[in-house]
Amino acid sequence: MLLEVENLTVSYGDILAVRNLSFVLDQGELVSIVGANGAGKTSILNAVMGIEPSKSGKILFNGEDITRLPVHERARRGIRVVPERSRVFPRLSVYENIITGVYRLGKKVAVQTRLEWLYGIFPRLEERSGQLASTLSGGEQQQLAIARALISDPRLLLVDEVSMGLMPKLVDQVFALLRQLNKEFGLTILLVEQNAMASLKISDRGYVMEVGTCAFEGAAADLIEHPKVKEAYLG
Amino acid sequence: MSSYAITILTLIVIQAIVVCGLNVIVGYAGQISLGHAAFFGIGAYSAALLSTRGGLSFWIALPLVLIISALTGLLLGLPSLRLKHDFLAITTIGINFIVQAIFLYVPFFGGALGISGIPRIQVFGEALKGAHFLYLCLFFLGVVMAICWLFTRVFAGLACFALREEEAAATSMGISPVRFKLLAFMLGTVFAGLGGALYAHYMRFVSADDFSFPLSVSFLAMLVLGGMGSLLGPLVGALILGALPELFRPLAEFRILFYALMLLLMIRFQPGGILGESSLIRKRLFPLFLRRQP
Repeated sequence: MLLEVENLTVSYGDILAVRNLSFVLDQGELVSIVGANGAGKTSILNAVMGIEPSKSGKILFNGEDITRLPVHERARRGIRVVPERSRVFPRLSVYENIITGVYRLGKKVAVQTRLEWLYGIFPRLEERSGQLASTLSGGEQQQLAIARALISDPRLLLVDEVSMGLMPKLVDQVFALLRQLNKEFGLTILLVEQNAMASLKISDRGYVMEVGTCAFEGAAADLIEHPKVKEAYLG
Repeated sequence: MSSYAITILTLIVIQAIVVCGLNVIVGYAGQISLGHAAFFGIGAYSAALLSTRGGLSFWIALPLVLIISALTGLLLGLPSLRLKHDFLAITTIGINFIVQAIFLYVPFFGGALGISGIPRIQVFGEALKGAHFLYLCLFFLGVVMAICWLFTRVFAGLACFALREEEAAATSMGISPVRFKLLAFMLGTVFAGLGGALYAHYMRFVSADDFSFPLSVSFLAMLVLGGMGSLLGPLVGALILGALPELFRPLAEFRILFYALMLLLMIRFQPGGILGESSLIRKRLFPLFLRRQP
């Protein structure tokens, strides 16, 4: 297993965001965690990345216990995140934003080759490489956040609410890209989404969250058909 | 140039060096510091003690002064790892008062009498004064600005900018906040220490009052006025705020009023500073490509 999360609990003061959650992610899988607003989805990703401390539980990455590692050490081991609302560095150029992702990797990465590959996927970013990231549109900033995460050739990509604030056509494009990265390049992806239908469609497996715990889990195709899931999340 | 003008200019250049250091901490790494005068003072006192009681020449003492400044910067930069914004500001104010109190009350630092009899800087057996000392300060300002420029071009600078903009996102990219915040603090205090050493050898007398909290505020005002995060901002800020009180001298007691008025107008109309990234001058002169491209 590439990522194993056991009995994870995350809390903000007295409020429990995630309760005793366990899930796994195998190498090469694309897994979705779906659920309504406030179900604790983002807290899960933040705990895996280390941005939010986990109150109890264990996080294993590639067999190593990373529960107590600081954020940047986890990043060095090959975990990258595409944060909610992209969180690009507004006063840095597009190019600079991308290359912040290549610091102290545990392995050699052909940065130039990967940059060209990314510019091939996101031609807008190449056109605007010298512009400040704050001048990009919301969709372009989301593309930039994805490129910044991908430049380092990560082992695990965490994607947080990528569909939020994007127009429907772009949402389809981004999901198609994630699927392509997973299928063609074997990138392991953990997707956290409110847009349950779109994300389950491209996933292998899924977990359905309900206020801090996992209500259902299973193959994505089964979850889409599950009557309760349909009723609750998919309309 | 009259010796009056040279004196004013020399002090402006020394302050510009110190403000360049503050720019690394505040402008580049986004960490507020309201105690920069303390680091200026640490450099000045180190240089004063090494050259009087230590009997070392400026050039031999300088590396030691810079090392002392770097180490204290490292030590006093530690709070920045746990504190943010207002809390860090208040802590740095506290550091300023503590350092000043140590200078004042510990007999080793000369107490209320300060340290006098600091020798002039010798270059090729010749004691520097007047315009020659100004040239030496300009030389050091050039070196400091070159290092600042270089810093914005290497990865360390980029890492600091990224931490300033979005700390969580930057650490998620593998950038260690500890390493780069402390690096920025260290570089900033080294420049302050250099400025302090020059100040000590120029005034040839230091006392605790020279490094009080209002001076920290004035350094920060210079930086904000000139433009945080820009290369020339510290120089422009030091020039304007250093020269204005002199130019307004005929206005006698009204000069502080004009000084305050100008600051208020700046905050209202150019909050990013004269050379800040959104300022009129930057927009007009360099409309598009402000930042590096591949």
